[in-house]
Amino acid sequence: MSDATQFTPRGPRPRRIFSAPNIFLYGTLTVVAAYYALPLYVMITTSLKTMDEVRAGNIFSLPTQWTIEPWIKAWATACTGINCDGLSRGFWNSVRILIPSVILSISIASVNGYALANWRYKGAEFFFAVLMIGAFIPYQVMLYPIVLVLRAVGDFFGFQLYGTLGGLVIVHTIFGMPILTLLFRNYFSSLPEELFKAARVDGAGFWRIFFQVMLPMSLPIFVVAMILQVTGIWNDFLFGVIYTKPDIYPMTVQLNNIVNSVQGTKEYNVNMAATLLTGLVPLVIYFASGKLFVRGVAAGAVKG
Amino acid sequence: MTVADTGTASATRVHRRRPRILRNLASKTASIPMVATVLVIFIGCTLWTVIYSFTKSRLLPVPLFETMPLFSIPVPHLLASDGSWDFTLITGLKSSSFVGTDQYDRLWGTRRWIVSIGNLGIYGLCSMTFSLVIGFTLAALLDRKIRFENAFRTIILYPFALSFIVTGLVWQWILNPNFGIQKVVRDLGFENFVFDPLYNDKYVVYGILIAGLWQGTGLVMCLMLAGIRGIDEDIWKASRVEGIPVWKTYVMIVIPMMRPVFVTSVVIIGAGIVKVYDLVVAQTSGGPGISSQMPALYVMDKMFKDQNLAQGFAASTVMLMTVAIILIPWAYFEFGRKKNV
Repeated sequence: MSDATQFTPRGPRPRRIFSAPNIFLYGTLTVVAAYYALPLYVMITTSLKTMDEVRAGNIFSLPTQWTIEPWIKAWATACTGINCDGLSRGFWNSVRILIPSVILSISIASVNGYALANWRYKGAEFFFAVLMIGAFIPYQVMLYPIVLVLRAVGDFFGFQLYGTLGGLVIVHTIFGMPILTLLFRNYFSSLPEELFKAARVDGAGFWRIFFQVMLPMSLPIFVVAMILQVTGIWNDFLFGVIYTKPDIYPMTVQLNNIVNSVQGTKEYNVNMAATLLTGLVPLVIYFASGKLFVRGVAAGAVKG
Repeated sequence: MTVADTGTASATRVHRRRPRILRNLASKTASIPMVATVLVIFIGCTLWTVIYSFTKSRLLPVPLFETMPLFSIPVPHLLASDGSWDFTLITGLKSSSFVGTDQYDRLWGTRRWIVSIGNLGIYGLCSMTFSLVIGFTLAALLDRKIRFENAFRTIILYPFALSFIVTGLVWQWILNPNFGIQKVVRDLGFENFVFDPLYNDKYVVYGILIAGLWQGTGLVMCLMLAGIRGIDEDIWKASRVEGIPVWKTYVMIVIPMMRPVFVTSVVIIGAGIVKVYDLVVAQTSGGPGISSQMPALYVMDKMFKDQNLAQGFAASTVMLMTVAIILIPWAYFEFGRKKNV
């Protein structure tokens, strides 16, 4: 204790919390964060107000009289055209579109990425390059011919493909392929090659190495791919409009039809409840997945 | 290599003797979906649309080689068999399916298309500039070793998880002049305050821009933050030793070093801009009037509503060209750089 050196200051000078730069820094960030959070807040509060209060009040105020009536109405009885069974129909349609699309697109892309990373063949690089370029072609260019392709393939096999769930699943698989293939190819390339070689020497083939060596090691990348696909497919509007019929419209399309319908009086609280319901699935995934989501969205920026 | 089992060894030898096409067969089989997608969808469908944009297809695509007689001249000649005269018709055939660049002429003569292109230009320019500036600024702020970095990042990025439809509908509500920001400010006592971008044909594009930026800047921020973090810590030490202010270090040293990240961001933002569709549908459906039309809306209406397919094909071909103009310099830059390294 008597040692004088103990009391001489060491290390960097501690930054004061209330220094001018800090106030500026945290002040700016708080204002920005408030701005970004505002729409979510407005959605939630509006959806919990009665219509009288929405008309009279301030959109930024909290509800004085809380009600969950708009949520029930949005889910069960809101009308789109002749159907008055609310968004629940769209929700279940979206679920029915989502599950097979996610499974099919990830299975195909993971095997494809594995083939591109570990089992290169002549021409593989060319097809991969075109696949990457294809990700940038505006969808509008390919929409109509794909209708014809779906019809032709459906006719060939003797069942309806255009306008059905199956057709939409195929379309989602096609347009998810570039980004997912890139994701899986990069991941499998980053795994140590010795593992692959050891399995080869032991006599394992293409599928065996995939299922017994690669798959057990790549759970994180499958989660990233799943996050990417679930949010992407859930949020899709364009393909839902073009490749399905009103009975099986996904939730986003139905939401737009409910909110932007010109008939009847506008019930803004119900509209906001419906909007929030549609955004709930990706929001839950986003807040639950944390950094994995960032990894997923940044995948597009990773160069192959 | 020690192969104990002779059966394996002979199998390997047989394997090697297989014809080229059959080698690596499992891998090729696994790639069938990719090859089919590339050939049929990305190459096939794109070419199809470009070709049919030169036809007169309306409700249905016309057969490409539908022909009609252009002229027919009877030519008399002697029949060899019995010496009598006969006539042979010489006909000129004209393929009537193709109408040259008519669709494009009509496209550029349509007011709605011109408005669409103008809107896309304004939206694109503003969206690109603001995304990069805001994205980089926010990333730089988050990079200052602050507390709650994760919380701030989570809040700024969450809109990116939402669909354009949800984004458009929320902002339609907030910008609603009778209930939204305009009313709140008026209630505060500013009776003449006007803020109704979605109902004003001069400013409607900026109303869409507000929503678009809210949705997309979080992603740009994340890309930029990753870029800033990737820069060598020694650069910072050196600049501190030299006494360079922090902001100047960012502008003069960090930004030039982040060129690849900026290029990637520009490409990602640019590809998104050309596709903008859902957001406009949800927010304004192209209105008021035609003042917030976008090329993608024009294409969709021509193809699926107005039964004017070829016009839609022509418009979408122009969209494709726009993307190519953005993309080709980027690809050139990328490959050029790789060669130098």
